Amino acid sequence: MIAIIDYGMGNLRSVQKGFEKVGFDAVVTADPKVVLEAEKVVLPGVGAFRDCMRNLEQGGFVEPILKVIREGRPFLGICVGMQLLLTDSVEFGLYQGLNVIPGHVLRFPDGMEENGEKLKVPHMGWNQLAIRRRAPIFNGIEDGTNVYFVHSYYEMPDDETAVAATATYGVEFCAAIWKDNVMATQFHPEKSQEVGLRMLKNFGEFKA
Amino acid sequence: MLTRRIIPCLDVTGGRVVKGVQFLELRDAGDPVEIAELYDQQGADELTFLDITASSDGRDTMVDVVRKTAERVFMPLTVGGGIRTVEDIRRMLNAGADKVSINTAAVHNPDFVREAAERFGSQCTVVAIDARQVPGEQRWEVYTHGGRKPTGIDAVEWAKRMESYGAGEILLTSMDRDGTKDGYDLPLTRAIVDAVSVPVIASGGVGTLEHLYDGFAVAGASACLAASIFHFRQHTVHEAKEYLRQRGVAVRL
Repeated sequence: MIAIIDYGMGNLRSVQKGFEKVGFDAVVTADPKVVLEAEKVVLPGVGAFRDCMRNLEQGGFVEPILKVIREGRPFLGICVGMQLLLTDSVEFGLYQGLNVIPGHVLRFPDGMEENGEKLKVPHMGWNQLAIRRRAPIFNGIEDGTNVYFVHSYYEMPDDETAVAATATYGVEFCAAIWKDNVMATQFHPEKSQEVGLRMLKNFGEFKA
Repeated sequence: MLTRRIIPCLDVTGGRVVKGVQFLELRDAGDPVEIAELYDQQGADELTFLDITASSDGRDTMVDVVRKTAERVFMPLTVGGGIRTVEDIRRMLNAGADKVSINTAAVHNPDFVREAAERFGSQCTVVAIDARQVPGEQRWEVYTHGGRKPTGIDAVEWAKRMESYGAGEILLTSMDRDGTKDGYDLPLTRAIVDAVSVPVIASGGVGTLEHLYDGFAVAGASACLAASIFHFRQHTVHEAKEYLRQRGVAVRL
């Protein structure tokens, strides 16, 4: 069973329905005990890093998440759920993350341009994945495929071998992480139509 | 490269998609969930539902439409119309929406936009601006209540203010053009695009594929919203994107 952590941040229903659509049972849970018992864990998240981290702490999820990851169970972070895996973020100040993947979350710089037009922030819409390593979630996914992003902050892990894919928006940034049993995407697989559903299916099938 | 987005807009009332001219003369255009699935198959980049019923009964129907749609299509969904409270936003997000668009409530209480952005994040806080040109001037005024009430507010200044309050995107509709098929108000759209650093969605007036091209290439919009040309099968979303790609606009195909 896949547990989707409900800590009051964002649209969790689409993630759950996405897994159901590709044949996997997923429960949305606000109970850390359910997380500890799950075979696989998904940490979604939209909103501010600071608020997400505070809600994880207040909900008693930090230790269970670290334990699940330590024990080698498949783990998927999505959007801010990926950023939380890093060391810290500069969103609204400097806030500590889970430090599972050492690295920093930064804001897209002001004044980025492409072909004479200023680049808007948030980075919102469909952009291409440059796949660097064939993480299990990328089974059957073509390099250069478009996925749906919406974020104003980006990351690049200190250890570049943790990078599974990048995307470029003014800067090249980490679009997906893969380290052992831990995978994470800055984009939203649950909003990336067929290609995103394929990634959810891949995660459902992944055996750590 | 970030691709430009094509967003079909579904005006919904009483659980049905309708389309009117300048917010009047509504014609039935079908079942929202079925139409959403069709656009999903055609490669739409996002969908926007606009609830054009003002009553609270209508909003319950809208929550249901969003819920059913989110079970069948896995793409970004925005819901606008009648979003007045934090609770309205929460209900739509819980039903499966990714963004809400706030219009009249932002004019009545700008702090509501700040509250929404702080609580749910800028990425899901869209501010919809309905604007009309001030006759004879290169200036546009914000209207509310589906384009019926003038506010005296300058549209460019308003867009900047809404960005500073945390709006993550601006949905800009020209009330002069809406439903006319004469094309977007390009000077208005360009003025707003240049004034803010968040993405701007052009809306109101698309009648041809060339109008979409102009919205991107001339006005610099991040996304183009359209209704009639897709609802009445004049073009598919896929055709629109092939046309745009041929003309050098980066789109997802």
